[in-house]
Amino acid sequence: MPVDVLTTEGLTFQYNSTEILADISFRLQAGDYLGLVGPNGSGKTTLIKLILGLLQPSKGEIVLFGSNLTDFKDWRKVGYLPQKINSFNPHFPATVREIVSLGLLSTKRFPRRIKKNDDMAINNALELVDIIDIKTELIGELSGGQQQRVLIAKALVSEPELLILDEPTTALDPEAREKFFGTLKDLNENRKVTIIIITHDIGTIGKYASRLLYLDKRLIFYGGFDDFCTSSEMANYFGEYSQHVICHRHDSRP
Amino acid sequence: MDIISLLSHGFIQRALIAGSFIAILCATLGTFLVLRRFSLIGDGLAHVTFGGVAVGLFLNLYPIYMAIPIVMISSLGILKLVEKARLYGDAAIGIVSSLGIACGILLASAAGGFNVDLFSYLFGNILAISNAEVVSSILLSIILIFVIWFFYHELLSITFDEESAKASGVKTKTINAILVLLTSLTVVLAMRVVGIMLISSLLILPPVTALQVARGFRMTIIIASAAGVLSVMLGVFLSLVADLPTGATIVILNFIFFIGAFIFGKFLAK
Repeated sequence: MPVDVLTTEGLTFQYNSTEILADISFRLQAGDYLGLVGPNGSGKTTLIKLILGLLQPSKGEIVLFGSNLTDFKDWRKVGYLPQKINSFNPHFPATVREIVSLGLLSTKRFPRRIKKNDDMAINNALELVDIIDIKTELIGELSGGQQQRVLIAKALVSEPELLILDEPTTALDPEAREKFFGTLKDLNENRKVTIIIITHDIGTIGKYASRLLYLDKRLIFYGGFDDFCTSSEMANYFGEYSQHVICHRHDSRP
Repeated sequence: MDIISLLSHGFIQRALIAGSFIAILCATLGTFLVLRRFSLIGDGLAHVTFGGVAVGLFLNLYPIYMAIPIVMISSLGILKLVEKARLYGDAAIGIVSSLGIACGILLASAAGGFNVDLFSYLFGNILAISNAEVVSSILLSIILIFVIWFFYHELLSITFDEESAKASGVKTKTINAILVLLTSLTVVLAMRVVGIMLISSLLILPPVTALQVARGFRMTIIIASAAGVLSVMLGVFLSLVADLPTGATIVILNFIFFIGAFIFGKFLAK
């Protein structure tokens, strides 16, 4: 029986008395692959920041791997790739290996120090995203696509059970994007990693995700793709053409 | 004056030993501060040190011991201002810095001027440090460098991306507090080497010199430390030979190293 990885109940977030998210309730089980979609400013990034404990909800509850978020300590189980690849200083003087190793901090107890015997985990993550040959390069000297892969390796290095990705493919070319989604598919199907991915590319995500959460400050739709495709309510919301495009991609998934 | 005969003087030996330890500490800590865009915190806290020294002189207590808690509390105040008043770091540093200077001047004025050489606190006098100060500089430097080594990966993590660090379970508030408290102690310690007015140069210039040529974070710290130590050693000798103020000579040498590294870095990039 699938285990609950994440449950949110009545999650609400206000900033300066403006409601950013209202009454979000959903449940994610081990092995789910969730596409989190919605227009700009719909609260997608806010929702994952709440799940990661980076923001505090105004109301509601989050349960992660069976623990209330306020008591949750086992961050090793969660990998996170933030939205802006350029959120870090492009001249940051660290090597690829040094950056990826930071993803292991969640596996450490006090004192959190990376040691020589962590090399195998680091190399595995680098191989997974095909950047083992650039591990001694400076991150600032890489292309946008390579930098993105470094951050993905950092998110994967602790072998998380839940992977949260915020628009991970914006800096990738079409070929790298396909390869990236292939890696995620492999992680999801073969290693049973639960995935939450924010994307504007609703068509592409229809090809890979098993569930869809459409957000527009409120939860507009949450369910399986099949439910989405047969929902007349969603056809009214999106227009039949958009629904058809999304569902066509879903039907032709590899 | 040859180097061997200069080295036989106790005051030069003390200056070289204490200065080198402080230079390594400043370069290591400065690497994190520069990359966190907190470069001027050293300057701001140095101004607070001036206020702290003034309090010590006003109350007729040993000025450095009076300055330490005042600077530490002020450093935490900078973090609180950033967090609670939603200010950028530079504005928060500016507030605390000017407050420190203002308090120092008010106290100096109230006391009708201090009957000590305030000049030595402002511009430093590494050649005048005592044996006891050398021992305390070495001990404190070793302790602070050990604390940085202990929290190295967590400091690196918040320096690279604070949000991701927090999502990895790093207690970012605690690590930020450790970083500014270490800076406070370092600033008070470095006051004797280059003085209040020039402390930030030891925190900023060696790291930015290293950033021009280093390939890796650990390498940045090693090159910055080497540049800092070399600037102190050469600065002490040059200032003696040419009869120049030591603190200012150290700063100018650091700037020359930076220009050299900048040109070398451009050459390497070609």
